[in-house]
Amino acid sequence: MSITQDQGKMSTTAKQHQKLPEGLTESQLKAIYEAMLLTREYDDRCLKLQRQGRIGFYAGSFGEEACQIGTAFALREQDWIFPSYRQPGVALLRGVPLQSMMNNLFGNSADVVEGKQMPVHYTSREHHFLSISSVIGTQVIQAVGCAMAAKIKKDEAVVLTYFGDGGTSSNDFHSGMNFAATFKAPCIFALVNNQYAISVPVSKQTSVECLADKAKAYGMTGIQVDGNDVLAVYRATKEAMQRAKVGEGPTLLELKTYRAGPHSSSDDPTRYRSKEETEKWLKRDPILLFQKELESLGIWTEAYEADVKASIQNKISEAIKVAESLPQPPWESLFEGVYSNDPQALMAQKEDILTHESGLELTNEGEFPL
Amino acid sequence: MAEMTLLQAINTALHEEMARDEDVVVLGEDVGVNGGVFRATEGLYQKFGAERVMDTPLSESGIIGSAIGMAVYGLKPVPEIQFADFIYPAFDQIVSELAKMRYRSGGDFTSPVVVRTPYGGGIRGGHYHSQSPEAYFCHTPGLQVVIPSNPYDAKGLLKSAIRGEDPVIFMEPKKIYRAFKQDVPQEDYVIPIGPANVVRSGTDVSVFCYGSMVQVAEKAANKASEDGYQVEIVDLRTLYPLDIQTILNSVKKTGRAIVVYEAPKTCGYGAEIAATIAENAIEYLEAPIIRVAGLDTPFPYTLEYVYMPHPARVYRAIQDVLNF
Repeated sequence: MSITQDQGKMSTTAKQHQKLPEGLTESQLKAIYEAMLLTREYDDRCLKLQRQGRIGFYAGSFGEEACQIGTAFALREQDWIFPSYRQPGVALLRGVPLQSMMNNLFGNSADVVEGKQMPVHYTSREHHFLSISSVIGTQVIQAVGCAMAAKIKKDEAVVLTYFGDGGTSSNDFHSGMNFAATFKAPCIFALVNNQYAISVPVSKQTSVECLADKAKAYGMTGIQVDGNDVLAVYRATKEAMQRAKVGEGPTLLELKTYRAGPHSSSDDPTRYRSKEETEKWLKRDPILLFQKELESLGIWTEAYEADVKASIQNKISEAIKVAESLPQPPWESLFEGVYSNDPQALMAQKEDILTHESGLELTNEGEFPL
Repeated sequence: MAEMTLLQAINTALHEEMARDEDVVVLGEDVGVNGGVFRATEGLYQKFGAERVMDTPLSESGIIGSAIGMAVYGLKPVPEIQFADFIYPAFDQIVSELAKMRYRSGGDFTSPVVVRTPYGGGIRGGHYHSQSPEAYFCHTPGLQVVIPSNPYDAKGLLKSAIRGEDPVIFMEPKKIYRAFKQDVPQEDYVIPIGPANVVRSGTDVSVFCYGSMVQVAEKAANKASEDGYQVEIVDLRTLYPLDIQTILNSVKKTGRAIVVYEAPKTCGYGAEIAATIAENAIEYLEAPIIRVAGLDTPFPYTLEYVYMPHPARVYRAIQDVLNF
């Protein structure tokens, strides 16, 4: 499942007889680490692309790498993801090609939806990664329906949905929790509590100290997890998977972390939070924490990290190069895919535009302000 | 007079209305400490405090539902829905509750809530940051729908909306939030809800439009004037209630009508204008009424400039009605 698993050769420096955590092999531990690094590098480069004016928008997941990789690593191929817009690492770990994601950011002709969606709104049925909406919380109840369907069809699949602390205020969170518990749907609610909904701190979002407590009101298991500890996240997800598989229904996992970057490329966090606060959290950078753990196991070395980083950076650079070189999608594509069959009225609009405007040099002067 | 953008005019109106009437409160996502994601509510939190400028949990139905309750009690809430694209979770509260409160209670209860929301495309926002959902609300008896096209109108119309007795969906064309400045009086003034504004007088063709499409129409009209044709542009300003008389007067003068709006063409607001003209002034028409609108597709990202009505498309419609 991981695109970096092929690099997970057994290290000669590893303490061969030491029992590795969570029953994971050295190569799996490395795969987790490399997926976290990939997520960080991807976010970093993509935000820079936006700052350079090469893509229109970006929303990164800086600081939330453990929440993404710890959960997704526990899933199997047949499981499903109903993501929010802040899980690029999950898409990558599921095997969504880096090139495909980069094509989305540029909205080019090779993009799987030919530029129909704004950046960071990926989609991949092949990887059971649902097309992303910007609307908060809508995917939560949909994930429950998907899990109900798997149960009805007697398939052994678990559905995992991601949303944030802000998402817990949405109607669809509440109906999702209620439906899931009532129908004992095999699903996992990954509540990434990153402390902020754009500028609004979690203390203004809810009066509940521990967001996992919300599970009680629905008759569901709720667990608070250190969202910066990737193995803790992995363990909690595995346990939730087990409950789902044996028919005990859903679990709410509160993954407590911190949105270390801006909400998006349009956001300026200095308007509403202090640098000191961010620095405090960065001391618990999930990648550094895991790196230390791997170092103590004799798995991590500086040379290893440098190798992995270089390889990742090359792959990202190559994907950017390709995506940027591709043209925009053809105008015709705009009219395609609204329905399974093209309505006549829409085709008339298409003909009208293509007949009368093909020669016009229209440009995109818009700029995304948020 | 002060030179300001449409966004600054909105912000000024909110400051002045909150200072004028302590019952006016603002609520929404990021409207407090952050001053709104577009900065429309900048400085209100610092000036009027957290009780009157509320950062709410992330729930549009919660924002509108609680605003209705506040209004019923006697406050004048001005909730912000961060993007019109996110208004749908609150659709039930708006359509079933806000719009019907007066009628269903025989005037016993009213909910004069002013829902501010940025709408429209041209900002590279894709599906979820670009839509123009005005027609849904115009189709809902009990709601007034207001869309300013410039800073002067924005300030005057918002003040009217806040002082009114009925709910208003106040839609702000975010593409032109900062596009240009205009002299706006510093003293208090209101622009009544209802009357349209003939922003350009002409004798050959009437173009009906609102919001950011007024500028698009202006550019097309400039081009047509090079050909010797005088285009009249009517900025509707208020979509409901509609200023039917101004529309008919214009059509009777020019005999040709074009409606420009950026929502999908089918069942868009332009259909209402076209039908109104056909019902009341068909004998004056010298050409079919043309709708220049968005396409019947979800709002796209990369190709939004093809989707959006642009001056060349409006100009072509002007030529079509002139050459019919």
